[in-house]
Amino acid sequence: MPENNEILENTVLAEKVNRYLVYAPRIARKRKAGEFVLLRLSEQGERIPLTIADADAEAGTLTLVVQAVGKTTLEMSAMKPGDRLLNVVGPLGAATHVDRFGTVVMIGGGIGIAPSHPIAQAMHAAGNRVISILGARNRSLIIMEEEMRRASDEVIVTTDDGSYGRKGLVTDVLRELIQTRGKPDLVVAIGPVIMMKFVSRLTQEFAIRTVVSLNPVMVDGTGMCGGCRVTVGGKTKFACVDGPEFDGHAVDFDELMKRQAFYREQEQEALQHYQHECKLREGASQVPCPVQL
Amino acid sequence: MEDALDPQEVKRLQGLKPKDRIKIPRQKMPEQAPEVRRRNFKEVPLGLPAMTAILEANRCIQCKKPTCIDGCPVVIDIPDFVARIAAGDFLGGIRSLKGTNMLPAICGRVCPQEEQCENRCVVGKTGRPVAIGRLERFLADWEREQGKVEVPTVGAPTGMSVGVVGCGPAGLTVAIDLRRYGHDVTIYEALHAPGGVLMYGIPEFRLPKRIVHAEVDVVRRMGVKIEYDFVVGKLDGVDDLLRRHDAVFLGTGAGLPWFMEIPGENLCGVYSANEFLTRVNLMGAYDFPRAGTPVARSRNVAVIGGGNVAMDSARTAQRLGAEKVYLIYRRSEDEMPAREEEIEHAKEEGIELVLLTNPLRYLGDEKGRVTAVECQRMELGAPDASGRRKPMPVPGSEYRIPVDTVVVAIGNGPNPLLPSATPGLRVDPRKGTIHTNLDNMRTSKKGVFAGGDAAIGAATVILAMGHGRRAARSIHHWLATGVWEIDVLPA
Repeated sequence: MPENNEILENTVLAEKVNRYLVYAPRIARKRKAGEFVLLRLSEQGERIPLTIADADAEAGTLTLVVQAVGKTTLEMSAMKPGDRLLNVVGPLGAATHVDRFGTVVMIGGGIGIAPSHPIAQAMHAAGNRVISILGARNRSLIIMEEEMRRASDEVIVTTDDGSYGRKGLVTDVLRELIQTRGKPDLVVAIGPVIMMKFVSRLTQEFAIRTVVSLNPVMVDGTGMCGGCRVTVGGKTKFACVDGPEFDGHAVDFDELMKRQAFYREQEQEALQHYQHECKLREGASQVPCPVQL
Repeated sequence: MEDALDPQEVKRLQGLKPKDRIKIPRQKMPEQAPEVRRRNFKEVPLGLPAMTAILEANRCIQCKKPTCIDGCPVVIDIPDFVARIAAGDFLGGIRSLKGTNMLPAICGRVCPQEEQCENRCVVGKTGRPVAIGRLERFLADWEREQGKVEVPTVGAPTGMSVGVVGCGPAGLTVAIDLRRYGHDVTIYEALHAPGGVLMYGIPEFRLPKRIVHAEVDVVRRMGVKIEYDFVVGKLDGVDDLLRRHDAVFLGTGAGLPWFMEIPGENLCGVYSANEFLTRVNLMGAYDFPRAGTPVARSRNVAVIGGGNVAMDSARTAQRLGAEKVYLIYRRSEDEMPAREEEIEHAKEEGIELVLLTNPLRYLGDEKGRVTAVECQRMELGAPDASGRRKPMPVPGSEYRIPVDTVVVAIGNGPNPLLPSATPGLRVDPRKGTIHTNLDNMRTSKKGVFAGGDAAIGAATVILAMGHGRRAARSIHHWLATGVWEIDVLPA
């Protein structure tokens, strides 16, 4: 029997992108599409929010797909099956509003494909026709394609460099889809803020209802700190409890991008500090440091 | 505190007459010098040396009708523990104190004694009151530092079980008292650490976290189970808890930060006090990058508000290395809700009070970072509903203060996460507080009790503990009788 928060599997999906299978039976039982968890690796560690990519209520497992971009995510990428995450709290956030809309276009950009997965599953199960557009810079960054195919009626892959699927941006595919097959009833877009901004701009042109899932800086994840403030329709919302999903046509994406960048320098510093510590340990234990700057 | 007792002196003091006792001046507690402490996170007051505590305790005249007890929300037998200190019997003193208050190291530090016990002290009618808070802290520190901490006996198992939501002052108190009655108790805490506001809100320099851990450790050793990372309302709801437990207590605190809803409030560098303090206190951002959580590196900081949380934020910003910290408050110093001691400490540390001033908006640069706060001068008009003179804007008085960090400390409401996920739980639509009968701490939902900030809005640690105590009695009564519909709790 695994322990709570134990990592059962850690697989590399793409460069710097890992999939973790974590034993967290209580959360696995309760979680709904669109919800997230916060985790912490060590006593000194920060709390980071991660959207749940999949869950198995019977096996008691959560699937998390994480891009190693900062200190904590890099440290996590070096964890092995049998290691325990110190804290996993959730499910947090408001679940996706799932209904029978008709045709739902699910857009996942890069790492954003992972959180798109449970939403595609839920939309599909609710009787929607789900067309998924998966986009990334290149072939190696297209993740979870098989899972997305199982959760969708149709999948269109596009890469910036044309190394896999079509060549171009997700917005190119979406525009063509609208022009050739008519307007879908709902677009759900998850990925880099800039992608969500341009998808929302496009769908606004065609007056297609659009939901985006935001990932601002967060501390407690329960509405206590307000660090995850986003402006939606001119009003301040807390992404952790009011979101993370919002009407894409009302979100102030520019503000979100600036807020996400606020700690960038310190994030670099934390990374360097970690690398330094790691190198010291590496010397002593012969365990290679996962940080390659 | 390792200083030896002087038995001759103790004996002399014990022989004093009341008229001589009241002539002893109130003893000062040593503290870190302002110019030193403004750059470190170590505790400011250092505690009373043993002989000073004995001298201070001998100022108490042991009134026949002690009024100090009436001023204590948890009804501590103050003259009893003070008399034991006066006689040099510290072990007897701490045992007496802990009979009614299991968290004395915390209360001795953060209670507003000047408005409570010390405000009612008879000695204080003619001179300065007995320093009850400092004596309370002295006993708790002495016990811990001497390694003499005792785990109180708990009642024989009743077979009943209670779920407590929130590990803050209210939840901890309810848990302790229920264990004393013999009930089984599980606390569900959303964060990864115990203590609630004691941990995320009150800074290390006012309440060292090791002290919170030490007092919570005793609670754990009394058999209270604590489940961390458990967000009730998301993981399990109150109804799920009611299936597992015979009663549920909600002590979810006031964890919803208020903002002024003025332009620029979402600029980078504008924090709620909750976020700013949580980053530093709970997550250890003062130790970044050793600790993983960063906080803004500020040169000029504006803290908005005049309460204790505003003082804590300003003093924290100072310690993080800010060159200049302004505390902007719309009324005058007299109306500030913060404790006098906190205001004094802040001023000594170089915090500049910008009084009769209100922020209108924040200005930012191209990166979306705050660069200035635009303020307006205020003047005091006629008293408002709170009895304080209402601040009125002075037309044409707008001016800007350049800042790179703003901490909004204008108050908190109860966090709506749990109430909104709990059918049958009535909530005040305006204040967001859980509808609670304050005589018996019962809510509109059978078997569910509430207390602390969740029930009355942001208040004090000790009021929350008072609620916890009353709630424990009420829960015990409910578990024993099965009668829900009572108005007042029998004595």
